[in-house]
Amino acid sequence: MGEFLHLLASGLALGGVYAIMALALVMIYQATQLINFAQGEMAMFSTYVAWKLMDSGWPYWRAFAATVLVSFIGGVVIERVVVRPFARAPILASVIVSIGLAFIFNSLAGYLYGYSVTSFDSPFGDRPLFGGGYMSAHEAGAVLVSLCVLAVVYAFFRFTPLGLAMRAAAQNPVSSRLVGIRVGWMLALGWGLAAAIGSIAGMMAAPIVYLDPNMMFGILLYAFAGAVLGGIDNPFGAAFGGFAVGVMENLVGAYVVGPEVKLSVALAIIVAVLVWRPSGLFGRRLVARV
Amino acid sequence: MARRNGRIASIVTAAVVIVALAIPFFASGYRLYQGSQVLILAIALLGLNLLTGFNGQISLGHGAFFAIGGYGTAILMAKLGVPYWAAIPIASVVCFIAGFLFGFPALRFGGLYLALATFALAVAMPQMLSYKGFDAYTGGPMGLLLTKPHAPFGLPLSGDQWLYLFCLAFAAALYWAAVNLVRGRVGRGLIAIRDHPIAAETMGVNAALYKTTCFGVSALYAGVAGGLSAIVVGFVSPESFGLPLSLAFLVGIVVGGLASLGGMLFGAVFIEFVPNVADQLTVNFGESAKALPGAVYGVLLILVMALMPAGVAGAARALASLAARFFAPARRRTM
Repeated sequence: MGEFLHLLASGLALGGVYAIMALALVMIYQATQLINFAQGEMAMFSTYVAWKLMDSGWPYWRAFAATVLVSFIGGVVIERVVVRPFARAPILASVIVSIGLAFIFNSLAGYLYGYSVTSFDSPFGDRPLFGGGYMSAHEAGAVLVSLCVLAVVYAFFRFTPLGLAMRAAAQNPVSSRLVGIRVGWMLALGWGLAAAIGSIAGMMAAPIVYLDPNMMFGILLYAFAGAVLGGIDNPFGAAFGGFAVGVMENLVGAYVVGPEVKLSVALAIIVAVLVWRPSGLFGRRLVARV
Repeated sequence: MARRNGRIASIVTAAVVIVALAIPFFASGYRLYQGSQVLILAIALLGLNLLTGFNGQISLGHGAFFAIGGYGTAILMAKLGVPYWAAIPIASVVCFIAGFLFGFPALRFGGLYLALATFALAVAMPQMLSYKGFDAYTGGPMGLLLTKPHAPFGLPLSGDQWLYLFCLAFAAALYWAAVNLVRGRVGRGLIAIRDHPIAAETMGVNAALYKTTCFGVSALYAGVAGGLSAIVVGFVSPESFGLPLSLAFLVGIVVGGLASLGGMLFGAVFIEFVPNVADQLTVNFGESAKALPGAVYGVLLILVMALMPAGVAGAARALASLAARFFAPARRRTM
């Protein structure tokens, strides 16, 4: 029982990371109908920025805020410079471009910071929490931070005019343009937000999986599984999916297939969902128009 | 002018064949091994390009089928005692079946989702190969060692020379098959599905059958390449078939030219030698040169898509027709 609770708790902690990564993926998918294969590498690079800032003596939360801001600006710039020219290109081109971006960030991080594995501090410490030691303080903090991110994103899209404009631009670009929304900038903002959210995911994941240029491969895969499970056009479905995948990964990994083949759990989830329910648990069913 | 372009193409093909046949008698040792690697990669790229370039199905996971071919061949040879020339066909049929079966759910995925699912396949493959339950066959994380075959019938060739020619025979046969596949009725069907799936179905193309079969054939190519690679390297291990391999294939077909077959040779040369050059640079520049292949791949992927979406093959074709027009001004005026 104790082991089960421990697995559940650590599954929830990583699940929170997957949830906000999935949220970032959904953000870009809704804005530009594109799955961003570079999301993981962008988050990894942001995490290195945070690490560098803390290394030069900044306190954690100041580095955290600066990293989120830098990532936001970086995301906007990437959309403007790299993604925009391919807006009308076929899907294949946009997939290739996002993989190109992933290559660039991966090698940039390796070039600037080296390929060795580094530890990354947690703001919450890593004392065990709740007597029995089912959950470390960092794991609890990561869950809390992911829930905060979800709440902030919800409030932003629900209660602010800018959020409304972004939703409108994603849903119906033509009409939005007619009522004076600058659709192009909304898409760029979507990329910026996704990069900022991804950077938080990276900073929450780094104390658990350690920092190195390839740290996000697995996390991105689980985030994909979460987004597909919850429905890639539904932010809260995707976030729920992220948590669910985190817990499933740990439990199935421990009790069914063995922890060393955990990644195939993500593959199985993705294929199963796409075969039986392609729109995910909460997604809208799409009907192609001839 | 079309005939003139065709003549240029056949001259180039003949030159490539002559050079490829001459290589084993001039190069040796490691260079020859690299030559075999280029041929192997070219086979895998041909397969991926049939699927992605001609049929428009995005696969980011062809390294997985390469792995199935490689492991299939290795297990047949090392555990079951099958000779190497028989192991490759058997393993590639297994790959065809695996690809065909994966193609079934892929029918429902469409575009982006297929990219996602194959990405997951590529990331998960190394873990599945080192799974404890299959240790007896796969050798677990340690992989399997193979003995390199010698030239048969007492031919006066070294092992490396023989293996190179063995790969060359496969590459030539599979290239020829791909050219015929693409030029005929089937190829037109594949391209029609890529360009307008609904119109293609209206015209009577059985899209489901074409797409799954295309996936199977493409996996078969990857499987042959994987099998040859296992024999040439003499070793298979889970880590050599990960996501980087699958992404390198993607780089290869983009740089060589989507929907081009001849361009795959260039793509293969590219992905074989860029990491090699980077390795040599580590001597001068230290560890940071390890970042070079990734940077080159990333920048080129984006630049090629922006500036010459048809890759090197497209650029060569444009140059050739420009040259043809330049040298035949009189005929152009009468047209």
